Amino acid sequence: MFHSKYLIVGASHAGLSALDAIRLIEPEGEVTLLCAESTPPYSPTILPYVVSGEVRAEEVFLRRSDRFERMGVRFEAGARVVSVQAGDHSVELESGEKWEYEKLLLATGAAPSIPRIEGLEGVSYHVLRTLEDAEKLRAAMSAAKEAIVLGAGLIGMHAAENMLKAGLKVRVVEALDQVLPAYFDPRGADLIERAFLEQGIEILTGERVEGVAQSGGRVELSLSSGKTLSGDLLLVSTGVKPRTEYLKGSGVEVEEGVVVDDRMRAGGVEDVWAAGDVAQARGFFGDSKRVNATVLSAVEQGRIAGMDMVGDSALQPYGGGMAVNTYTFFKHRAFSVGMGKVSESEDDFEVDQVYLPSSFCYQKLVFSGGYLVGASGINTELDPGVLYQLIRRKVNLEEEKGVFSAKPLEMGRVLMSQVWR
Amino acid sequence: MGKGYKTIAFYPQRCDGCQKCVEACSEFHAGSTDPVHSRIKVVEAGGAFGLALCRQCGEPQCVMNCPAGALEKDTETGVIKWDRDRCVNCHICTLACPYAGITYNVVSEEVMKCDFCEGDPACVKACPLGALELKRGAEIFNEWAELEDLVVPGISACLGCNSELVLRHTLRRVGSNVVVATPPGCMAGVGTVGVNGKTGVKAPVFHPLLTNTAAMLAGAKRYYKRIGRDVTMIAFGGDGGTADVGFQSLSGAAERGEQMIYICVDNEGYMNTGVQRSSTTPYGAWTSTTPVGTVLRGKSRDAKPMPLLMVMHNCEYVATASTAFMEDYYRKLEKAIEAARRGMAYIHVFSPCPTGWRFPPSKLIEVGRKAVQTNIVPLWEYENRVGRIRFTHPVENPLPVAEYLSLIGKFRHLDEEQIAHIQAQTQRKIEVLKKFTSEQTTTTLHHAA
Repeated sequence: MFHSKYLIVGASHAGLSALDAIRLIEPEGEVTLLCAESTPPYSPTILPYVVSGEVRAEEVFLRRSDRFERMGVRFEAGARVVSVQAGDHSVELESGEKWEYEKLLLATGAAPSIPRIEGLEGVSYHVLRTLEDAEKLRAAMSAAKEAIVLGAGLIGMHAAENMLKAGLKVRVVEALDQVLPAYFDPRGADLIERAFLEQGIEILTGERVEGVAQSGGRVELSLSSGKTLSGDLLLVSTGVKPRTEYLKGSGVEVEEGVVVDDRMRAGGVEDVWAAGDVAQARGFFGDSKRVNATVLSAVEQGRIAGMDMVGDSALQPYGGGMAVNTYTFFKHRAFSVGMGKVSESEDDFEVDQVYLPSSFCYQKLVFSGGYLVGASGINTELDPGVLYQLIRRKVNLEEEKGVFSAKPLEMGRVLMSQVWR
Repeated sequence: MGKGYKTIAFYPQRCDGCQKCVEACSEFHAGSTDPVHSRIKVVEAGGAFGLALCRQCGEPQCVMNCPAGALEKDTETGVIKWDRDRCVNCHICTLACPYAGITYNVVSEEVMKCDFCEGDPACVKACPLGALELKRGAEIFNEWAELEDLVVPGISACLGCNSELVLRHTLRRVGSNVVVATPPGCMAGVGTVGVNGKTGVKAPVFHPLLTNTAAMLAGAKRYYKRIGRDVTMIAFGGDGGTADVGFQSLSGAAERGEQMIYICVDNEGYMNTGVQRSSTTPYGAWTSTTPVGTVLRGKSRDAKPMPLLMVMHNCEYVATASTAFMEDYYRKLEKAIEAARRGMAYIHVFSPCPTGWRFPPSKLIEVGRKAVQTNIVPLWEYENRVGRIRFTHPVENPLPVAEYLSLIGKFRHLDEEQIAHIQAQTQRKIEVLKKFTSEQTTTTLHHAA
């Protein structure tokens, strides 16, 4: 039986952020980081760049090798937790090893969410969530000629671009009627889709997959429109779901993810916290709790969890997560923060747009009652971070709205430099 | 002194937007004055200058959020270093940074950020107006420490007295070219009226009546003006001397636009005469004249909204402040000094009192901080020239008021209903203040009044 005062399960953004928060207050107490994979910590966000070859798999790690040693942190790779005994304050690993803890953080992230499609279980397909997945996909790409990507989210779109650049013929199938539905409105999505089409990637939106079959080295998909597609490489990138299967019977409250309060304390048990893609926490724009699988949420939630675990009195309760991301594709760059998808026809919202399709630019600001609530941009000079802060700090723009709409870049910078000392 | 990292401090009031810093940065990093290559951006909007520049944060969000490990804070220099080889151009850093400190360069097609030009930033050297200064984070505070403390050591304030802190810091910033008025109240009671610079305040200080502080200062100012001397008038009134007994003379002086800084040190009652209630004592608070027993449950009325009343007087400058947010207070003092050349500058400083409120002296700053974090004490300022209120420390997600109330003995008896009343009142106060953040509303109210 091993023992650690603080036990962190999962070694990506949330876990590392919690670790830093704990060490800021408590330089000595035992901290152990359990990592399911056999590698040092890395971010799933890096994986598309491993697939593309922009970064080599051995260069993706997030902490320099001696970091944990210097911090006095025990790092255990290949330590996959299979069950939690919250009453006994212990967890059990796949190897049978048991760890006792005083305070436990669950930061186990998410796993690919595989849709129920007839025949899918019987065919070989790829997913992209771990470094191993990325290396497998990269190897498969070099042998394949025709790829099919299922799901036009960030992972799918990134992968499609990479496969094209690797010389494959690529087709993307998306059940909804636009690409990147989690982040962009139809107009922004159209512009992004255009860039893909111009490069020769075929995108089929509004198509459900009715069945999948494999013959020889090829997979064949039958679509709801009656079309069939076939290829020699299938990537399933239809989103992620929190990894919670090891929590069965633990008493930890799980809905979509681990339900947490504004200090990231897990419901149903004592001395357990959760953060990152596994946690279901307050949403910024409403009270319903949701999983917000972004790097920014993971870092922030991890920090709050760490601060609460160590009793840091400077803790500010979690203000809620929102959809935020940046996305670069074919030399274009895009971002989306908050309610960037709201359309101008919706009541209670005011929308400012600049749309210059010929120069491939789109900028959108969404206001509600004098407050910025969302923004998105393609090839604009706006600062995503400044806009994100104006939203989350609920900066009242009622009076500045005229100036802000005319000069959002400048006004945003003026407002944010006023809050710095 | 311990080790401290450097940062580039920006003083917007000194900036005229000349862009010399931007040119110098581009020149240093790209050998061209094209602003596209500049890591520093100075922009103008709504009559104010803003700076987009890496602040070399202590807890850098860009580093924490970078999925590639391409950003790292150098533990020797404190500079956040960007590693081109590891960067995958995902731009998450531009989303994580609140200050646009790392931005995308459309020509080089990669992100860029301030690297301190090998320790000697070109922008700082290029600024002709001193609007940029390279200094250690701590030096921003040390600057104040180097200002002369105009109060002698060993005045007779209680242990952990916040009002003493207010007095010392205010006079540090305002300087010795002053006439100080301390009407009856704690600030007079602790012995501010000194002798020969050896006791009390080392500046001319007098002790007006409770009723006539602002009137006497107005007269003193007019005298100095007549003999051609530019001297700052400053009053340290308690809440009794300001909101109750001295109100008519203050109101008159404000209406006449008398040139002075009036600091109300609000400890929410008559703390040096036995803890009696005043008109700024908050609802529910125990005092010796609002006792807690079987019938009475502390004060039954809400506090007088003194700072807003001063906004309605059309003062040149009105602000609220707290010693838990010292930078904010110093900034406000700077504005008040300037505004007092034109008319009345009024600052209402929240001043928790360990003795009268019943909490340990060691909790003083925590009480002040929690008051702001719960919105019990919203920090804002009103500049007549701007014509509306601006929150200087907007609270994103206020804590429940109970987190503040529970720290303080004078609120110990509160029942749920009373706490709910205070919570609702706090919310109402914020709603009212928000109305004043609109120029139109403020102007309309002024005219209507």
